[in-house]
Amino acid sequence: MGADQVSLYVHVPFCASRCGYCDFNTYTAEELGGGVRRDSFHELLNAEIDLAAKALGKCTVTTVFVGGGTPTLLGSVGLNSILERIRDNFDVALHAEITTEANPDSVTEQMLAELRAGGFNRISFGMQSASSAVLRILERTHTSGAGVQAAGWARTAGFDHVNLDLIYGTPGETDDDLRRSLDAAMGAGVDHVSAYALIVEDGTALSRKVNRGELPAPDDDVCADRYEIIDRALTDAGMPWYELSNWAVPGGECQHNMAYWTDANWWGVGPGAHSHVDGERWWNVKHPATYGERLAAGVSPEADREVLTAEQQHAERILLGIRLARGMSRDDLDANAAVTGLLADGLLEPVEGDASRVALTLRGRLLADAVTRALIP
Amino acid sequence: MPTPKPGSTDPSVIRNFCIIAHIDHGKSTLADRMLQATGIVDARSMRAQYLDRMDIERERGITIKSQAVRLPYKADDSIEYVLNMIDTPGHVDFTYEVSRSLAACEGAVLLVDAAQGIEAQTLANLYLALENDLTIIPVLNKIDLPAAQPEKYAAELAHIIGCSPDDVLKVSAKTGEGVHELLEEIVRLIPRPQGDADAPARALIFDSVYDTYRGVVTYVRVIDGRIGTRDKVRMMSTGAIHELLEVGVISPEPVVAQGIGVGEVGYLITGVKDVRQSRVGDTITTSHHGATEALGGYRDPKPMVFSGLYPIDGSDYPELRDALDKLKLNDAALVYEPETSLALGFGFRCGFLGLLHMEIVRERLEREANLDLISTAPNVIYRLINDDESEMVVTNPSEFPNQKIAKIFEPVVKATLILPSEFVGTVMELCQQRRGTMLGMDYLSEDRVEMRYSLPLAEIVFDFFDQLKSRTRGYASLDYELSGEQDADLVKVDILLHGEAVDAFSAIVHRDKAMTYGTLMTAKLKELIPRQQFEVPIQAAIGSRVITRETIRAIRKDVLAKCYGGDISRKRKLLEKQKEGKKRMKMVGRVEVPQEAFIAALSTSEPKK
Repeated sequence: MGADQVSLYVHVPFCASRCGYCDFNTYTAEELGGGVRRDSFHELLNAEIDLAAKALGKCTVTTVFVGGGTPTLLGSVGLNSILERIRDNFDVALHAEITTEANPDSVTEQMLAELRAGGFNRISFGMQSASSAVLRILERTHTSGAGVQAAGWARTAGFDHVNLDLIYGTPGETDDDLRRSLDAAMGAGVDHVSAYALIVEDGTALSRKVNRGELPAPDDDVCADRYEIIDRALTDAGMPWYELSNWAVPGGECQHNMAYWTDANWWGVGPGAHSHVDGERWWNVKHPATYGERLAAGVSPEADREVLTAEQQHAERILLGIRLARGMSRDDLDANAAVTGLLADGLLEPVEGDASRVALTLRGRLLADAVTRALIP
Repeated sequence: MPTPKPGSTDPSVIRNFCIIAHIDHGKSTLADRMLQATGIVDARSMRAQYLDRMDIERERGITIKSQAVRLPYKADDSIEYVLNMIDTPGHVDFTYEVSRSLAACEGAVLLVDAAQGIEAQTLANLYLALENDLTIIPVLNKIDLPAAQPEKYAAELAHIIGCSPDDVLKVSAKTGEGVHELLEEIVRLIPRPQGDADAPARALIFDSVYDTYRGVVTYVRVIDGRIGTRDKVRMMSTGAIHELLEVGVISPEPVVAQGIGVGEVGYLITGVKDVRQSRVGDTITTSHHGATEALGGYRDPKPMVFSGLYPIDGSDYPELRDALDKLKLNDAALVYEPETSLALGFGFRCGFLGLLHMEIVRERLEREANLDLISTAPNVIYRLINDDESEMVVTNPSEFPNQKIAKIFEPVVKATLILPSEFVGTVMELCQQRRGTMLGMDYLSEDRVEMRYSLPLAEIVFDFFDQLKSRTRGYASLDYELSGEQDADLVKVDILLHGEAVDAFSAIVHRDKAMTYGTLMTAKLKELIPRQQFEVPIQAAIGSRVITRETIRAIRKDVLAKCYGGDISRKRKLLEKQKEGKKRMKMVGRVEVPQEAFIAALSTSEPKK
């Protein structure tokens, strides 16, 4: 493969307990069969990193993102060993952004210091809400203050960038709950906030409760109101949006996620992880035990792949690019009469200071999928 | 005495009769039993052949056709008789066809289920038979059933036709009990045909069936004279002359004959390919020395109920057209012309004799041509008188003028309802809601009532039968016949979506019901049409005056919050799918409406009360 720059994603499929809304590829057991164990799982990940390096050849790693699951369950030793293995195999760019996700209650001050020392320079905490009632409905195990506290520790430990994730639209959440969560996040001194409308995914405990009528489904109009509240509060606090669900102090944007949205090359390490290199996508086998078997046999854990056609690549560039505040060049949306209509309807607007680009308006952000459907030829 | 041959049968041994019965009251079983009793089908081939064939007929036909069966029967007096059993169509919309079948007979067997009593439709056909001066033989069937109440229903029948309860025969077509006695009564009571054997030939067409291989098979009763194979025949309504390819009788298989004579019943094949060229009720005569005066009572079938028929999948339009063309060959009453609807695409505006005819046609199109169809709400035929006294006929709401109309006439029917007496109140209420006027009410027995109403046909075609059934737990039966027209205060209600009228939902309704219709449709559409990026008003309007309004609020959120590595191809595929779905949307102005929404709005009836 001919990529000269690549982003690496590393998936850690373990959690201490499963949250009610979560449909991610994660497991709560410490022993997953086939000798796959949480305490030695970083060795399997490292084995795939070796394979990736062989496949990619000489190239520079621009960002690393360890996600999950709950990566911090591997401990600082495990996580740092992954980073070390990446450095052994690749050139890592000098100021490469190196992120790990973490649960507010799975870290200690000491662990954060060890991770920082190991080379991690960005950390993202799943705070979700400052309301203990909302956290209970989401089946989060941490307390309402834990996210803010962990963010404070991370700053003390010297992380360059700290993010807090929020979820809004949870059944039972009020506008005031959300405002308190925002105040807490902004008061924690972070430079980045991600906020996601709650999605009731099939097969989750939450969806069973909604289907049984025990909880109301999140209401789209309520979610739209909440989005506007979030956008106003964070913008006022000096963190404008740069992607539909992401707000940051200028310079605090997540470089790794930007790689996804700008259609760059990235390799996903770990069970179920997706990769995209030079117009091809592939994804790994999902279950950690199968994943472990493949790697133990020295075989690629790839489950399947697709080669994108030119039209599909174009569609992806639009569906990703239009989500960004910097918008898209009109040239890339050339011959698309829809742009004129979307501008007239107030869903798109010219980017300030660069009339050659168009970006979503606030209303357009909330209707981004409709805009995308109109833009894709 | 030898068995009489077709074409040379002495009228004195001929008995022409039909069986008047409600569906399920055992007409087919009785017919089978008669075939067996007269010996033309033996017990073994009976099951193997005749029943099977009848099943196919029942599956395929509007009515169980080709039942003008000639039964040679040696009676107890040792004389060889010829019994011609003529079938009558079983549907309320085919009153005219029934009357022609009855006109071909001298007598009728009134067959009633001994556990259920007479039904409205049977009663209506009985009245028709009495008007035709037929001799009625009342028969209770299914006396073997544990639930049979022969005494009660014999009294009911005696009351209706004015005979003694002892005159009512009791049979079980299933076991064969009483069938012999019935055949003897047919011979004894039903008059021989009258008619002039030497007069110019006149034969009444009482049925006309299209057969893929033979073309149109025409069933006739010879009233006067004789029709022979060598004759050319003339249709007296049109003057068209046809060669005779074949003449014969059905017994129970077709038997080719040299001719059929006075009083006889048989079939003719002329090679025509469309039942319109050989219409029920017409008189056939010979082209040489033919009759100058037709038998009375011929009428062109006149469609009374109209509806748009559309393929759910627009690409099925050519199949629908072919299927209609094919069906028309066998259905002289069906009319249609192409129509385009904003909401439903390309289809046909069809005219039917009535609601049941409409349902049968739709079902046959769906089953035989394997089509999925949607029909617009049926409407009737209206006669409009303008201020300048000019007249126009409207069969489609879209033709209904918006300006003031001096007078509007709508068809009315005389409806007969038979129901258990406990439901009298609820049925009266229903008929009143439907602008009915009571004409009379009679107790048929102590707990069964016959009610007669004058009702606008438009009220019957809209959901009346379903309402009647649900309000009487299925016990009421209904029959109606057209009885004229009345002037009424009718208006056209349009349904507007974002200011644009949606043609498929325009309806002509009574002014008092306009609000109800408008509220019903706007509420339904509000539920069915997805939210758009802008607010969409749904209005019901009479002309330019809006009478009711609903609003679909603008959609505010249509975005997936997360789009990271693994989400991207999933999201692309989702968008591709959504785009495909969008192609199937119908545009009403700027409003995107899934066709399913239109279909759902048309197919669900009023909410059940």
